[in-house]
Amino acid sequence: MAVLAGKDTRVICQGLTGRAATYHVARMVAYGTRLVAGVTPGRGGRRHLDLPVFDTVADAVAATGASASLVFVPPANAAAAMIEAIDAGIGLVVCVTERVPVLDMIRVRQKLAGSLTRLVGPNSQGVLVPGATQLGVMTTVNARRGTIGIASRSASLTSEVVAQTTAAGLGQSTTIGVGGDPVHGIGLAQCVSLFLDDPATEGIIMIGEIGGSDEEEAAALIEEMRPGKPIVALVVGRNAPPERRMGHAGALAAGKSGSAAAKIEVLREAGVRIAPRADLVGVTMRQALVS
Amino acid sequence: MNLHEFQAKELLAQFGLPIPRGRIGGSAGEAEAVARRLGFDRCVVKAQVHAGGRAANGGVRLAASPTQAGRIAAELIGRPLVTNQTGPAGQQVRWVYIEEAVEFSRSLYSAVVVDRSAGEVLLITGDHGDAGVMPRPGGAASPAACVKLRLSGDRVTGDFDGAASTYGLEPDVAALLAKRLAQLADAAVALDATMIEVSPLVLTQAGELVVLDAKVTVDDNALFRQSDLAALREASGFEDGDPVELAADRHQINYLKLNGDIGVVVNGAGLALATLDLLHEAGGRPANFMDIRTTATSLDIAYAFELIAANPRVRAVLVNVHGGGMQRCDTIADGIGIAVHRSGCAAPVVVRLAGNNAEFGAARLKSYGVPVIEAADMWEAAKRAAQLATRKAA
Repeated sequence: MAVLAGKDTRVICQGLTGRAATYHVARMVAYGTRLVAGVTPGRGGRRHLDLPVFDTVADAVAATGASASLVFVPPANAAAAMIEAIDAGIGLVVCVTERVPVLDMIRVRQKLAGSLTRLVGPNSQGVLVPGATQLGVMTTVNARRGTIGIASRSASLTSEVVAQTTAAGLGQSTTIGVGGDPVHGIGLAQCVSLFLDDPATEGIIMIGEIGGSDEEEAAALIEEMRPGKPIVALVVGRNAPPERRMGHAGALAAGKSGSAAAKIEVLREAGVRIAPRADLVGVTMRQALVS
Repeated sequence: MNLHEFQAKELLAQFGLPIPRGRIGGSAGEAEAVARRLGFDRCVVKAQVHAGGRAANGGVRLAASPTQAGRIAAELIGRPLVTNQTGPAGQQVRWVYIEEAVEFSRSLYSAVVVDRSAGEVLLITGDHGDAGVMPRPGGAASPAACVKLRLSGDRVTGDFDGAASTYGLEPDVAALLAKRLAQLADAAVALDATMIEVSPLVLTQAGELVVLDAKVTVDDNALFRQSDLAALREASGFEDGDPVELAADRHQINYLKLNGDIGVVVNGAGLALATLDLLHEAGGRPANFMDIRTTATSLDIAYAFELIAANPRVRAVLVNVHGGGMQRCDTIADGIGIAVHRSGCAAPVVVRLAGNNAEFGAARLKSYGVPVIEAADMWEAAKRAAQLATRKAA
């Protein structure tokens, strides 16, 4: 078991015929992901990576019964691709595209409201269910099937914490990158909620950073649910220069509410264990599980 | 991308928002000539910097004649202007905007901003509650009213009438305000602005609502479809920001200079923030923030490494890389190898490579003959770099 996806999830890739998609989808297929089709407008009827290519998501869904879509479309058309997937009733949309205009993401969010779709990203490394399926561009070298659910705003730190939980003998049930953009699909709170309902997940790790309110929203949810599973959080950016762009547009210290110290405080108050250092996340989770 | 006041106003005027007559000047002589040509007696001279708080700090001044406008311009141009939004060093004034003085009876606040947490576009309005010719410096807007806007394609809708009705204005003025707010929202969406702030929006004796000051921030991620704005930045030399950081940005590297003595090479913004935290914890002081983007090639990385090696304050370099699916350790190792071959590096280099192609990356570094101090994990690496920098400093 896992959350969002599993080894039987049938996946299409929007933008399959592009260069980056070609490279990463080949890796995903090798990992075991059930890629069933690609979508590239104007390329319908061809084959690419030995997969059928369709002009529209609706055509691809009708022909293959896919329930998940991986969006590999460049920024100019990424929002239109996400909206097309939402309109086609795709249950899970994972968008890895970086630098999507923020007003486009607001258009996507308005489309998401009331739909059946869960969106992961954009600017996300994706969703990984170790040993089962890979929907994204993350490295899988240190990932092992296990019991820890990881929800993260940072792709690089996810790789790091995956390695730490594997070294700690715990492994991962699912890893989810919510993406580094200010306006995105599911947030840390929704990931926590999914992991709490997942019998295969015994512990939850959240990786947050300065800026935004994902951590505060997760803290509010945890405070209310008082969950039985241990939750560990790492929040980075205590020593970031204030109010400057730090790579992710999302990583901005936007007022006091967005500071690392404030986030750590509300998470601690909600009963979340705070990893004292970035290299101690796996160890902190192992201690939390035995205590 | 931040726009200057004069650029913002010219753009807003294209959406129907009235702006006072005015022109830009780059010297005292130009400022005086502009005032004369436009037939101004009394006019306002405004320093063009990307920061608020200008009026309270002498950056916006009333001139009684073209001659005085020239004198004020001479005092402003070529000097830094320090306000509560510029930082202690201030921002260099290169241009002034000379604008007709507008008498007003009412002064309002309006803004269209992206609320990142809610994923919405908001229209915010308020009342400055002052009148006169010069807006009251630092005048706070109250009460702030907030209206959620709705985007569908290129159209934007919202309760502009409701927002306009909260200030006790005459019905015809309220109707005009609703129209102006709708124009502001149209402008925000058409320009891909993450923020447009018009403060103040003033009611003149003639019953018109005029944009007296405007700040616009355009979404950098949308510049591909705002080619006029992108060209404005490239061509006019109005680009803001540190030239070294902007050059790094063109090499797919997010780089910020800091005050410490440990150069930092990291891939990914989250890991980069974590590395700064670890260095501080270990008693070290980072000389920079670095996030090597997934799109950076080994030559881009070499460029970034040379920035660090060329910084005379750097006493040690910490390379903390976790190879991901898109940026692998060997690419970064190649970048470092190329840089050290090309330009050398006097400071000791502590390296921690993990994740995708970590061993291959370490082998690449060896094959370049780069002398490195290897560390098993990122805490060991941070401690070692901090020790080396301290020892060198002593």
